[in-house]
Amino acid sequence: MLEIKNLHAKIDNNEILKGVNLRINKGEVHAIMGPNGSGKSTLANILAGREGYEITEGEVFYNGENLLELSPEERAWRGIFLAFQYPIEIPGVSNTYFLKTALNSIRKYREEPPLDALDFLALVKEKARLVELDQTLMNRPVNDGFSGGEKKRNEIFQMAVLSPQLGILDETDSGLDIDALRIVANGVNALRSPERSFIVVTHYQRLLNYIVPDYVHVLVDGRIVMSGEKDLAFQLEEKGYSWVENQDALV
Amino acid sequence: MASANTFEEFTQQEYKYGFVTDIEADTVPPGLNEDVIRLISTKKNEPEWLLKWRLRAYRKWLTMEEPTWHNVHYPPINYQDIIYYSAPKPKKVLQSLDEVDPELLSTFEKLGISLDEQKRLTGVAVDAVFDSVSVATTFKEKLSELGIIFCSFSEAVQNHPELVRQYLGSVVPYTDNYFAALNSAVFSDGSFCYIPKGVRCPMELSTYFRINAENTGQFERTLLIADEGGYVSYLEGCTAPMRDENQLHAAVVELVALNHAQIKYSTVQNWYPGDKDGVGGIYNFVTKRGKCAGEGSKISWTQVETGSAITWKYPSCILQGDNSVGEFYSVAVVNNMQQADTGTKMIHVGKNTKSTIVSKGISAGRGQNTYRGLVKVLKNAEGARNFSQCDSLLIGDRCGAHTFPYIEVRNNTATVEHEASTSKIGEDQVFYCNQRGLSTEDAVNMIVNGFCKEVFRELPMEFAVEAQKLLGISLEGSVG
Repeated sequence: MLEIKNLHAKIDNNEILKGVNLRINKGEVHAIMGPNGSGKSTLANILAGREGYEITEGEVFYNGENLLELSPEERAWRGIFLAFQYPIEIPGVSNTYFLKTALNSIRKYREEPPLDALDFLALVKEKARLVELDQTLMNRPVNDGFSGGEKKRNEIFQMAVLSPQLGILDETDSGLDIDALRIVANGVNALRSPERSFIVVTHYQRLLNYIVPDYVHVLVDGRIVMSGEKDLAFQLEEKGYSWVENQDALV
Repeated sequence: MASANTFEEFTQQEYKYGFVTDIEADTVPPGLNEDVIRLISTKKNEPEWLLKWRLRAYRKWLTMEEPTWHNVHYPPINYQDIIYYSAPKPKKVLQSLDEVDPELLSTFEKLGISLDEQKRLTGVAVDAVFDSVSVATTFKEKLSELGIIFCSFSEAVQNHPELVRQYLGSVVPYTDNYFAALNSAVFSDGSFCYIPKGVRCPMELSTYFRINAENTGQFERTLLIADEGGYVSYLEGCTAPMRDENQLHAAVVELVALNHAQIKYSTVQNWYPGDKDGVGGIYNFVTKRGKCAGEGSKISWTQVETGSAITWKYPSCILQGDNSVGEFYSVAVVNNMQQADTGTKMIHVGKNTKSTIVSKGISAGRGQNTYRGLVKVLKNAEGARNFSQCDSLLIGDRCGAHTFPYIEVRNNTATVEHEASTSKIGEDQVFYCNQRGLSTEDAVNMIVNGFCKEVFRELPMEFAVEAQKLLGISLEGSVG
């Protein structure tokens, strides 16, 4: 479904990604771990199409299409969803209106008729339960005045409504207490399916206790230096990233 | 970065009302002197007192200086180059709408204003003003059954001279300011409305202003009186052709609300703003003021200002009656080279008077947007209250937002609150929307409309929809 080949990227002339290779099949959950500044969020942002990065080398294919040629909204229409590390506030625009417009633009791409208000509300009610999202948040402006936990839950809620093929979670666990973490993880787990893949970007192993990945990759200094199954996360937790960095030095 | 380009593209849309109507006009030669004023007055068959009033205004104007305190810049205007009167030539005296020049009717059709009552689905009565004169007023008869007078200013002068004489200049005297004096001297037409005691006007009243002729100034005058307990909601729209020369529009609007009367006045101003390099466009120098003369009266101004090369206007309220209420809700958009210096004055005279100011300024391109507002509480205004909120939204990094709030309080029981904010449409916000599947255009529209929400909800429903669309068009090509 997703194939990243030798991806190099710069921001302000600093090379952040130095040759990332990754292949993700349908239904798989891949965790990307790594120390601060290793390029995890950069990778997530590039996949979603954020401006400001210069791709100097490499390719990304998504269902056979050259992903890097698509605009962010074209990627969204094709089923890529990024749960932001820092969700953005849009004052004056209600969460419901925002999400309905988003959903209907995706449906339009899929040549499906727009959902009317009633069907949309039914969908929203169902999905809000997944992340135990307070209904009153629906009528408030997007993320405006939300607590940190509410913002993260709102991201997962949006993901549930938009029903992507590839969900990318960018440090969704940061700033969450243990209860909120469990709620968010339960939401994600409920969305796991043989048709849907996830990239879970995280600094800590903690999240992976709740969202159990199929594969774990360790990103250090712009390269995936180690890949393994879920046990790799525990080793990392125990030994720290310096252990991997030393391994890297040996190679 | 690519988003800057898409933002740029997004705000560069052509002005879609820029066409010119080819119509024979009765025009006086350019220039201004007492003879021109006499000529205008004669053409309009005006009573002697009105001519005298015009001449007094003209003589006052000669002694005044064009204001320079505002935060807008333009080359000096040569008042002798302007044509002060231009009217579409009538073939004969009009008996009904059927006799209006079809060219004129189609002009208004093109603008989306149907003057055919049968075709209008919604109950909005329209007075259409083309260059200097009113060409048609709809639903007149239906309104007159309720005693409501809604007609062109010229007709009011002929048919209701006592009302005109009593109220003309009672809120904006010709001595008020340079542009008001000029307007008083040369105004050609406009709308007049009188709501009798205890009558609630059952439909929206609307005036649609269209500048067509070249090198012509438009100086219309609107006078609106709501007698005791009356209510009216009034809408005003404006467009002009695209021309390379700047054209002057110096209008005066006076509102009078007597005891417990309410006037809601909404404007969607979309005069030609000039091209993206600042060539052409309307100089919109307008004086709008309402007097809450009666106890418990209320005047509410709502404006959406997207057009004009320069906008200079301060719709104000004189809160004279005890317990009277003044409101000002404004969205002002500048894009490309547009400049706006707009705001309001709330003058609290009576006891327990209350005012609310909500101003939303949006600056894009190289536009400069200034909010200028005065809240003045006089000595006897016990318990006066004001709340002001001025928010600015910047799109791109070459535009500007400026806020000049003035507060003068002479009564220590007054409560005056002022809140202000400035924000920028971030690439982050647009990316967030993009990532959820919205195009950049939809994203900016959504963000801007969210920003303006408090003002839009004050507009009558169909106007609010139009205003939202207009905002999208005005900003197209600007985001950066």
